[in-house]
Amino acid sequence: MAENNNNIAGGDYLEFEHNVAEIDRQMNELRRLSSAKGIDYSTEIRKLQKDQVTELKKVYSTLSAWQTVQVARHPKRPLLNDYLNLIVKDFRPLHGDRCFGDDKAIITGLGQIGREKVLVVGQNKGRTTNEKIACNFGCPNPEGYRKAIAKMKFAEKYGIPIVTFIDTPGAYPGIGAEERGQARAIAVNMMEMSRMKVPIICIVIGEGGSGGALGIGVGDKLAMLEYAYYSVISPEGCAAILWRDGSKAPLAAEALKLTSKDLTRLKLIDAVINEPLGGAHRNLHDTVYNVERYIVKNLAALKRTKIDKLLENRYEKLRSIGTSTSTAEEIAKKTLISRERLKEAIEKIPLAKPVPAKV
Amino acid sequence: MSKKTKKTWNGFSLKPRLDLPEGLWVRCSGCEHMLYRKNVEENSNVCPECNCHFRISADVRIKQLVDEGSFEEVSSELTTEDRLEFKFRDTTYKKRLKADEKKSGAKEAIRIGKAFIKGRGIVLSAMEPNFLMGSMGSVVGEKFCRSVELAMAEKLPLVVICCSGGARMHEGVISLGQMAKTSAVLAKYDEQGGLFISVLTDPTTGGVTASFAMLGDVTIAEPGALIGFAGPRTIAETIKVELPEGFQRAEFLVEHGFIDMIVSRKDLRSEIARLIDYCKK
Repeated sequence: MAENNNNIAGGDYLEFEHNVAEIDRQMNELRRLSSAKGIDYSTEIRKLQKDQVTELKKVYSTLSAWQTVQVARHPKRPLLNDYLNLIVKDFRPLHGDRCFGDDKAIITGLGQIGREKVLVVGQNKGRTTNEKIACNFGCPNPEGYRKAIAKMKFAEKYGIPIVTFIDTPGAYPGIGAEERGQARAIAVNMMEMSRMKVPIICIVIGEGGSGGALGIGVGDKLAMLEYAYYSVISPEGCAAILWRDGSKAPLAAEALKLTSKDLTRLKLIDAVINEPLGGAHRNLHDTVYNVERYIVKNLAALKRTKIDKLLENRYEKLRSIGTSTSTAEEIAKKTLISRERLKEAIEKIPLAKPVPAKV
Repeated sequence: MSKKTKKTWNGFSLKPRLDLPEGLWVRCSGCEHMLYRKNVEENSNVCPECNCHFRISADVRIKQLVDEGSFEEVSSELTTEDRLEFKFRDTTYKKRLKADEKKSGAKEAIRIGKAFIKGRGIVLSAMEPNFLMGSMGSVVGEKFCRSVELAMAEKLPLVVICCSGGARMHEGVISLGQMAKTSAVLAKYDEQGGLFISVLTDPTTGGVTASFAMLGDVTIAEPGALIGFAGPRTIAETIKVELPEGFQRAEFLVEHGFIDMIVSRKDLRSEIARLIDYCKK
């Protein structure tokens, strides 16, 4: 098992993992030698494995923002399909937006996660080249968003909770997308999701690219995988605009504060789901099951909440995004008022009889 | 210029020659005509030759749109914090905010308040294109939400003049969240039965189009305004195809069914007033 975990086919190492790759190469060499010449190198291999673990821990504990983006885009990172195969039982896909077509970049369908019936909505990137082209590299068109909201309304009708998996570089910027109202599709989704009368859990599993992510990303809980990213614009786009040079993306990534760590600090996401050592692509099963655990746990809690309370909480949560100065002021004002009231109240309390001073 | 003349002084006159006041003439970006600025201003900042609608600041917009002196601004005190400590090139977000505050005379990219249009009370939000391209950060989102809440509390129609480059990058996911926030507030407003008139002006793109701008009960656009989700340059770069003439312009959006009507600037007042009258319960 350990072998499978830490051994990835060549060419899939990220540029900052060259030490890890080197250790893998050495291990493979030793294995080849031991099988060819019949010499037992197991101690050496075990030692190398230990080294590799230390190296991975070192590298992944100090990932820069840009490196995180690369991990989030890793070609072997678990995609929506892996989640559907491994944690969604009896998945029945539902197709079509009833207006224009069926966008393959967004998959919707009924299934079971844990013991709960849920509606799964997720962005699909595709693994092979053909799949990638079919689902437009995970960039949804307006019909994708319209499909998502249509199915969500259907789920709402029968009280089925919604789980969304976000993994998109962004909504597709194309002529057709503009003609069919990309902006309106996303806006309507956000508006409807904010008042959807069923629990909604959103999880960023890879790339959380701006409006494209938000189109299915408004709900009661917003969680992120540890090395996923969530950003207002792609680092490349930001670099092209603010630095006037697309190759400055690493700097932009750093400035945008798009990692799960930063977003937790800024209180913009509810939870971070841990990834196995060395990122999700090194151990697909552990990642997927961590996500399942999170969903099952939170779904149970959300289902226990009364729907009015749930909607109220969701609204409060959305309404307070980014209010810092203003709310701080208001809170200060409120506390000031309450303090004054308290003072008044205290003054009104009849004083106790003076205690005779000690002689 | 005047300094230069002083240096190369030839002794003929004691007074340095007066330059023409700057910007007495403007060139129309549409038809390239040279226009006398005063004429343009009298024509509500629209080119008299080709009907090109120039970008105008929130101040001018409010003056043009509402009954004289009726605009009562609220929440103007809110200012932006740089919570990400955003640095780019050799400058910072904070510096950029200061510079734009000076340039535009506005504290943020939106102004909200109560006003009258032809005697009809409204809540008005007008975006300021000269402040970081009218982009939506936390304060713009917050002020927008407050204007909706004001409209809810006072049972007034809400008129929003959109003019924005989208979500503000310098505030990262905080700005992104404003899209969700403004949409959520509008959902509440919608349930209460409030009238929301969204006026899209040049340009309305990105995160603003993909949130409140496109959620109007009635959506109006100014002629020739650029309205879209992705900017035309981004699209051209992504699909490597030359974009068709008039792509993402107001007329294009009407054709594709996303806008109710195109109204030129000088008719905007009466058109809004009429709509309000129609929607009176």
